[in-house]
Amino acid sequence: MKTTDEIIRMTNITKVYTTGDVETIVLKDIDLVVKRGDFLGITGRSGSGKSTLMHIIGLLDTPTAGTYILNGTDVSKLDEDEQAFQRNKEIGFVFQQFNLLPKLSALENVILPAIYAGMKKTERIEKATKFLTMLGLSEHVNKRPNQMSGGQQQRVAIARALMNDPELILADEPTGNLDTKSGDDVMNTLKQLNKEGKTIVLITHEHDIALQAKKLIQLEDGKLVHTGKGGFSA
Amino acid sequence: MSFEELLTLAFRAIIGNKLRSFLTTLGITIGVFAIIVLVSIGSGLQSYITNEISSLGSNVVFVIPGSSGGLGAVLSNKLTIQDSKNLERRLISTGKVTPEVRQVETLKYKNIKDKGAFIIGASSAYPQVIQTFKIAEGNFFSAGQESSGSNVVIIGQTVKTKFFNGGPALGKRIFLGNKLYTIIGVMGKLGSIAGIDEDNSAFISVESASAQYGITSIARIDVAANSPELIPIVIRQINETLLKRLTTDDFSIETADSLSSTISSITGMLSLALGGIAAISLLVGGIGVANIMLVSVTERTKEIGLRKALGAKRNDILKQFLIEAVMLSVTGGIVGIVLGMGVSIIIAIILVSTVTPWSVILAFGFSVAIGIIFGMAPAIRASKLSPIDALRYE
Repeated sequence: MKTTDEIIRMTNITKVYTTGDVETIVLKDIDLVVKRGDFLGITGRSGSGKSTLMHIIGLLDTPTAGTYILNGTDVSKLDEDEQAFQRNKEIGFVFQQFNLLPKLSALENVILPAIYAGMKKTERIEKATKFLTMLGLSEHVNKRPNQMSGGQQQRVAIARALMNDPELILADEPTGNLDTKSGDDVMNTLKQLNKEGKTIVLITHEHDIALQAKKLIQLEDGKLVHTGKGGFSA
Repeated sequence: MSFEELLTLAFRAIIGNKLRSFLTTLGITIGVFAIIVLVSIGSGLQSYITNEISSLGSNVVFVIPGSSGGLGAVLSNKLTIQDSKNLERRLISTGKVTPEVRQVETLKYKNIKDKGAFIIGASSAYPQVIQTFKIAEGNFFSAGQESSGSNVVIIGQTVKTKFFNGGPALGKRIFLGNKLYTIIGVMGKLGSIAGIDEDNSAFISVESASAQYGITSIARIDVAANSPELIPIVIRQINETLLKRLTTDDFSIETADSLSSTISSITGMLSLALGGIAAISLLVGGIGVANIMLVSVTERTKEIGLRKALGAKRNDILKQFLIEAVMLSVTGGIVGIVLGMGVSIIIAIILVSTVTPWSVILAFGFSVAIGIIFGMAPAIRASKLSPIDALRYE
């Protein structure tokens, strides 16, 4: 059954890595609900488990135990190809390293998720152009990543994240490789998208960036130690 | 992902690394090229020899020293001019007989010298036995000239051109080694087999040849039955005559048919062996493709991770790399086919070669198969990369 107001519902999510005989618990009994239209910040020191949580939210990894409902679908135990399908449909990624393909133009980079979704050629070019224009990149459509500034590259990546109209934008340290001004631009873009109805999950270890989210959770040693913005410490 | 998109993707990846792609395809090109050229030479040789033999006519029988297919003839040749004479007498009413002895000799006329001419000693019946042999000017020597041992010679077209440069040759006297011969005839053009000019030759009587060179054993006895129906009788008579003095290991009897099938099987083996050697180089080319695809997968680990994160399924990645490998090897294959056919056609002018459709189809099929086989392991490796590990890869 599809619950309309919950994008993410995680119950008792646990992740254990086994190396030889040694078991490392990276996440322990995480319960998390993200509602449609939320802007959630996930923060924590490196090693706190926030990257692993982000990978599980982004269907790049599977939990060892627990249940994960993404936009009404149980995605806890999908195989790799099913994960790829859900990822493609439901989640837009924004990475710290931008992760644009260097040999493709801005437009071709934005189009990528639509290719794997099977969108028609004319439609996807039209749509990608629309997003690039919306993000102020109309003059850079045919430029390669190395011909653009970091801020511009990250906006190309945001356009790519929007390509398949996902409900959820998952931003992993999106300002980590940017100067303050470009970082602010990116944050403003994310806030604008949130206003327009996108649900945003932002992973960051930067205090001032984290505080721009509407809600905040903090991870420490694989556990949720703090929920809400009050009394937050980085 | 549509096939067209996959092709575009593969094409761009190949173009994006021109030198590397060129070197990789070169391995396949050389392999395919070698297969086509070597097989063409082999089969060209085969059809040439088969044609030559069948043009001799269906009533011809050859007596060859040594047992059939053995090396006896090379070690000891027991067939003599006397055997040929015995056959001539025995077959008087059933066929014509001529021996063939061969000698390389220096020809000299006035101050012109030529070292590499073939002297063939035969009987006066030679033109009646070998029907492809034609006299262009003058006559072949007669039975009388043969038995009297007259020093008369029939020269080939190349010899005529070399020494007389288009002028009249009949009646001129030319040195064969240290003896003077009178030219009484000029042969019609024979052409060349596998680069050996058949027209750079001269015919003298077997008597003169044995007197001058002391030859007793002979290369071959050629027999023409008076009609094809007489061949079984002729073969029986040859056996009866020769077995009085020789054993079955000392000679063998070949008809045009048996000879061409023997030679066909030899040249067929030759084609196969040449093709096999060439196939090894194609295999090496395939390993080159596998190698470069593995490098390419490692280099593009991050790209693979990203594509997966954006929704590529295993199969999408598999196809992407497989098609790239096939495109590399097929490009090499097509270039190899074009070059191979071109060179085979050029070789056909100088030597003999026939481009066989099956070698072209086989070479193309091989290059596709090599792309798939050697592209598969790298492509599977790429498709199995975990997106997280791949994205983290630096």
